[in-house]
Amino acid sequence: MKKIEAIIRPHMLDAVRKALGDRISGMSITEIKGFGRQRGHSEVYRGNEYRIDFVPKIRMDIICKDGDVDALIQILMDSARTGKVGDGKIFVYDVAQAVRVRTGERGADVI
Amino acid sequence: MNTPVLNSGDTAWMLISTALVIFMIPGLAMFYGGLTRSKNILGTMMHSFIAMGVILLQWVAFGYSLAFTDGGSWVGGFDAIFLRGIGPDSLHGSIPTFVFIAFQGAFACITPALISGAIAERVRFRSYVLFILLWSTFVYDPVCHWVWQNHGFLFKQGVIDFAGGIVVHLTSGISALIACLLLGRRADLDKGIIPHNVVFVVLGTGILWFGWFGFNAGSALASNGLASLALLNTFVGPAAGLCTWITLEKLILKKPSTLGAATGAIAGLATVTPAAGSVMPVEAMLLAALTTVVCYFFVSHKSRLNVDDSLDAFGVHGIAGILGPIGCGLFASYGYNSIFHHQSMSALNGTSQLLLQIKAVAVVAVYSAVVTAILVLALRKFTGFRVSREQEEQGLDLSLHGERAYN
Repeated sequence: MKKIEAIIRPHMLDAVRKALGDRISGMSITEIKGFGRQRGHSEVYRGNEYRIDFVPKIRMDIICKDGDVDALIQILMDSARTGKVGDGKIFVYDVAQAVRVRTGERGADVI
Repeated sequence: MNTPVLNSGDTAWMLISTALVIFMIPGLAMFYGGLTRSKNILGTMMHSFIAMGVILLQWVAFGYSLAFTDGGSWVGGFDAIFLRGIGPDSLHGSIPTFVFIAFQGAFACITPALISGAIAERVRFRSYVLFILLWSTFVYDPVCHWVWQNHGFLFKQGVIDFAGGIVVHLTSGISALIACLLLGRRADLDKGIIPHNVVFVVLGTGILWFGWFGFNAGSALASNGLASLALLNTFVGPAAGLCTWITLEKLILKKPSTLGAATGAIAGLATVTPAAGSVMPVEAMLLAALTTVVCYFFVSHKSRLNVDDSLDAFGVHGIAGILGPIGCGLFASYGYNSIFHHQSMSALNGTSQLLLQIKAVAVVAVYSAVVTAILVLALRKFTGFRVSREQEEQGLDLSLHGERAYN
């Protein structure tokens, strides 16, 4: 099992969800703030400029079977991409165990 | 003198105006509250709201008497303490004295609340309450007497301050500057502190503008042509301020901002206040636009000064409080001093009126600054004015009031 952690632009979320369709049976998202290459931006209040380092992003966590990773990454790249700096990043982790709370089942069948 | 007779039309308008001015206080609370960080919004709104509580009690107890009974040139007497001797049948001009007391009481409430913008996000509540009570007693009430009571020395000299450019905006704006200088900067200022809710600021501006029709047009103390002039000026002044501010933003920063529109409207409102009954709408527009230019450049360069006028109480109200009354001397064409509206414009002649306005602004500014400095230093010594570093970090809402705005 793998965990795909994708950081994407907030306004691309709907497109990504649609593109994933029923290739996944579940996911969770978190509203986060951070900076990468995009850095921040500046905002102006009453003529004074303020540097905003942390840009709002969405982090999505998807747990999938080992064999699905590459296909899902491709879908994420196709649907979350605008081509400008700040499209986000994808990280993949190994998952040691999965348990369904209701029944106590374990392993890849849970996801 | 004719025997005063109650006019029901005037009375009805003044009853409404009083309620309109009172509505400005929650408007100010929204305006200031939105400008602070989310951890301080309740503490900041409380600074305005508490004035509606304690200052109104002070006003009825002795504030009204100090401001509006005869007394001498400098301050009123104690004749009307606890409104002694005044009843429902007492008249002030063509309206009941009780209405006049309530209308002026609303002014007394909002004026010290304006100062809170300069010292936002860092003062102890207890000290703030003491400060506004003392400030009302030693600054607002006497200055109100000087300018608006017919024994006051500035009134006798013929100073024009229709609805409170000197009495309200100058006193509070200058005091705001002195208070924030003495109090010091907020700990996180260098990290950049930005408004947490501009929506509240715009809503607050709308409420203030709405209430200001009572503030200015009510200062005619009658339902007449003068009130109509003040009302129209209260329309065109902020309109000019709003357009001026966003035009400057568009030219200099490329993007006109909502916060800028709101700030320009407030600058226009504050500027037009002393002039509302003395200038024609076209001059009101010009005066508001010119003052807004000065406010814009002051506020947008304030980071170069070593002061933390957090919400621009001086940058907007103070500057408007200086330039508005002086502009009156330049532009006054239809002269009335609101409170006792029988001062004819024939008494005015160009330069001497301008010099008188400048003198009045200087005298009131120096007096407000000195008394505010004494009050702030005394409170700092005896009760402590600033919250602790930990409380400032945690936010006033939780550390001083035990609650949070957003749960």
